Amino acid sequence: MSSVLSIEREGERVVAQKADPLRHSLLRAEGVSKQYGPVTVLSDVTLDILPGEIHAIIGENGAGKSTFMRLLSGYIEPTAGTLALNGEHVRFAKPEQAQDAGIALVHQEILLAEALTVAENLFLGRELMRNGVVDDRTMRRLATEKLAELGCLVSPNALVRNIALADRQLVQIARALLDDYRIVIFDEPTAVLTGEEVERLLAIILQLKEQGAAVLYISHRLDEVQRLADKVTVLRDGKKIGTYPGRTLSQMDMARLMVGRDLAALYPEKRTKAAGEAMLTVRDLSVPGFAKNISFQAHKSEILGFAGMIGAGRTELFEGIMGLRPATGTVELEGKPINIRSPRAVLDAGIGYLTEDRKGKGLLLHERLAPNLTLSALTRFHPGIFLRRSREQDALRTAVEQYDIRLKSFGVKAGQLSGGNQQKLLLAKVLLTTPSVVVIDEPTRGIDIANKAQIYAFIQSLVAEGKACIVISSEMQELIGICDRILVMREGRLRGEVSGDAMTEHNVALLAISDAAADGNVGGRK
Amino acid sequence: MTIMVNSTAIRPEREWNIGWTDVGPFVALIVLMLIGFLINPDFLSATNLGNVITRSAFIAIIAVGATFVISCGGLDLSVGSMAAFITGITILFMNRMAPDWGMMAIPAGMMVAIVVGLFCGLMNGLIVTIGRIEPFIATLGTMGIFRALITYMSDGGSIPIDRSLRDAYRPVYFGTFAGIPLPIIISVAVAAVASFILYKMKYGRKCAAVGANEDVARYSGISIIKTRTIAYTIQGACVAIAAICYVPRLGAATPTTGVLWELQVITAVVIGGTALRGGKGHVWGTVAGAVILELIANLMVLSDFVSEYLVAGVQGVIIIIAMLIQRFSK
Repeated sequence: MSSVLSIEREGERVVAQKADPLRHSLLRAEGVSKQYGPVTVLSDVTLDILPGEIHAIIGENGAGKSTFMRLLSGYIEPTAGTLALNGEHVRFAKPEQAQDAGIALVHQEILLAEALTVAENLFLGRELMRNGVVDDRTMRRLATEKLAELGCLVSPNALVRNIALADRQLVQIARALLDDYRIVIFDEPTAVLTGEEVERLLAIILQLKEQGAAVLYISHRLDEVQRLADKVTVLRDGKKIGTYPGRTLSQMDMARLMVGRDLAALYPEKRTKAAGEAMLTVRDLSVPGFAKNISFQAHKSEILGFAGMIGAGRTELFEGIMGLRPATGTVELEGKPINIRSPRAVLDAGIGYLTEDRKGKGLLLHERLAPNLTLSALTRFHPGIFLRRSREQDALRTAVEQYDIRLKSFGVKAGQLSGGNQQKLLLAKVLLTTPSVVVIDEPTRGIDIANKAQIYAFIQSLVAEGKACIVISSEMQELIGICDRILVMREGRLRGEVSGDAMTEHNVALLAISDAAADGNVGGRK
Repeated sequence: MTIMVNSTAIRPEREWNIGWTDVGPFVALIVLMLIGFLINPDFLSATNLGNVITRSAFIAIIAVGATFVISCGGLDLSVGSMAAFITGITILFMNRMAPDWGMMAIPAGMMVAIVVGLFCGLMNGLIVTIGRIEPFIATLGTMGIFRALITYMSDGGSIPIDRSLRDAYRPVYFGTFAGIPLPIIISVAVAAVASFILYKMKYGRKCAAVGANEDVARYSGISIIKTRTIAYTIQGACVAIAAICYVPRLGAATPTTGVLWELQVITAVVIGGTALRGGKGHVWGTVAGAVILELIANLMVLSDFVSEYLVAGVQGVIIIIAMLIQRFSK
């Protein structure tokens, strides 16, 4: 191993690492910076990427991780600094040039053509030709082989639209690995995956490393980073804080380095107060194709978790309850039945729902904040037929203060806020309808750690006010950390409930995947 | 809540946040007037300008309605033939009633026009929303239906208004109030009401939200069906108002009435700054757009550069350029 030097940081011994001149760096970024106008998003970052090594890059949202990735893979060019490949100076003006140099990027978002087949997607833009026509047979064969290597068994003829999210992710990875690669960059690859699927992906990454590839790994999930990374580089506010040998850092160390200060415990302390009477009663609710005969109750002052794999039908169940999807069954709020055919009626009755897709379904990104804030409470907010703009501005000011939404001007558009602040705005928007039951789908997806803690605190304060709160999450730790009780769904059905001391990752995972694991068929497939 | 932060440094929202899309159409209008003046000094005379703006009134009024439809993510191709159809029905009704009701046939006919317009718009709206048919196809269909109906009603010829009514009805198009031609006053009034609905009422918010992102609107408890249907119905009412103004201009409805108006209407909306894919509507921009189109046509007549037979061609070019500008300014 290379030489190490220790530094003292806030009383905790953290080990920083010097670059070892003996081992050749495959890709070296030297003092790279990126400026957009007056804004510096990345400043003077130097990093060596070695073959056969997994190098994790962590940092809060806006720390410059994505910018750095985009620099390395040719999507943007640095305003200062240089890149060197095998010691030779290189410049990537286009992503294709980085690709030709053997740098493969697996995007965070899934960028596939849904109407095309798996094989067509794999070879999109670089179709194999034979005698002047597209050679479908060879492409299908190669696609099957390549996907099998990744442990993905979907048919190359399946339409991407019809395969599970996890499989799409694997198709996307296969696509990146189709060319010769020496460096593979993963940008938040597990954001859409759960449990077993994550395990499979991590195994693939370790395999790439064994084969001598350099892996650059960006993730919010510090547990994955801790398990995988040989080296961890921490970015904060566009600057490199340091590179550390992976296994010497605890998750708390990483979080502290990312935030630059001590974090209070991520999850608020659980209340000991018992939950109150039943608030929401759902009986025999079915959402055709997604959820079957679901019955449960949520109580006053209770945080109820919904765990399960992606595709287990949790989101669809609540979209059914909210009147956003055709559904059958009865829903009662404090004993009164609710008409679940109309989204308006459900909102007015007092159930609020924060969608997991805040950019696509939650906020009007090109609209300013005030219209976004009051959109679901138009009638309550503007009685009569006219708009009351000053009221709206007052409400915005209150929301900004109450939910600690960070912004430069009240005139900005929702799309200009960071993920965490968008989530807080969405929370404020839903709470403006004064719901007594608040359903939050993936409350902290794509949100940095400081904002996460805040969101948890808000959830806690909601139940302290006597509301019932339902949290749907794919992060088991999160559910265990904040919920009083967790219901587990699998393949559209409720499979069990855990509470108290029984709330362990093991128990939840068992309920979420047990049958599926026995078949060797992991959840997420319909 | 436990976590608070000082919010001292946040700049307040400016009441008027004016961007290029807001002023662009008016700048273009002024530039066009200057060009016109350079080509032919008569261009800026009160008479000529008055005539041009009066002629643009039909398109302006219909385009104000189209601003609602396009703002909420729809499209209506049937406006031209709907205008012809309403004109035909209105004249037939007035002629039938003239012997018994005398002059009262005119206001009664106007009421009929509005009711028919609301009904036609409602039909378009329901086909698009409840029937879930692409607006382009749905209104392409009704466009054919309305056009066939006016051709059938007029037997391929024309439906002239009864002589006894002609003089009494004339002022609706040719009359002035305080020196301003009535059609101009009517279109300004329609635009004023529209901008009030779009910017000061809740419905306007819903309209823009549905057009900007259907899912967000749905998840916010806004009824897509209701919002869109209302927009098409407003469009129908606007077509009816335009038809009422149109009757005295030629004094007849013919199968060629309102041909290609949909092109001018959509062009006016787009060059007025409303995005064709939906979102915030720009009512006054739309009015400026309608005037711009008529000014260009007028310039083509006054100057000898381009044949006036190419007017529709020029309008086609303008809408394509406007769309390209929208595309590349994003």
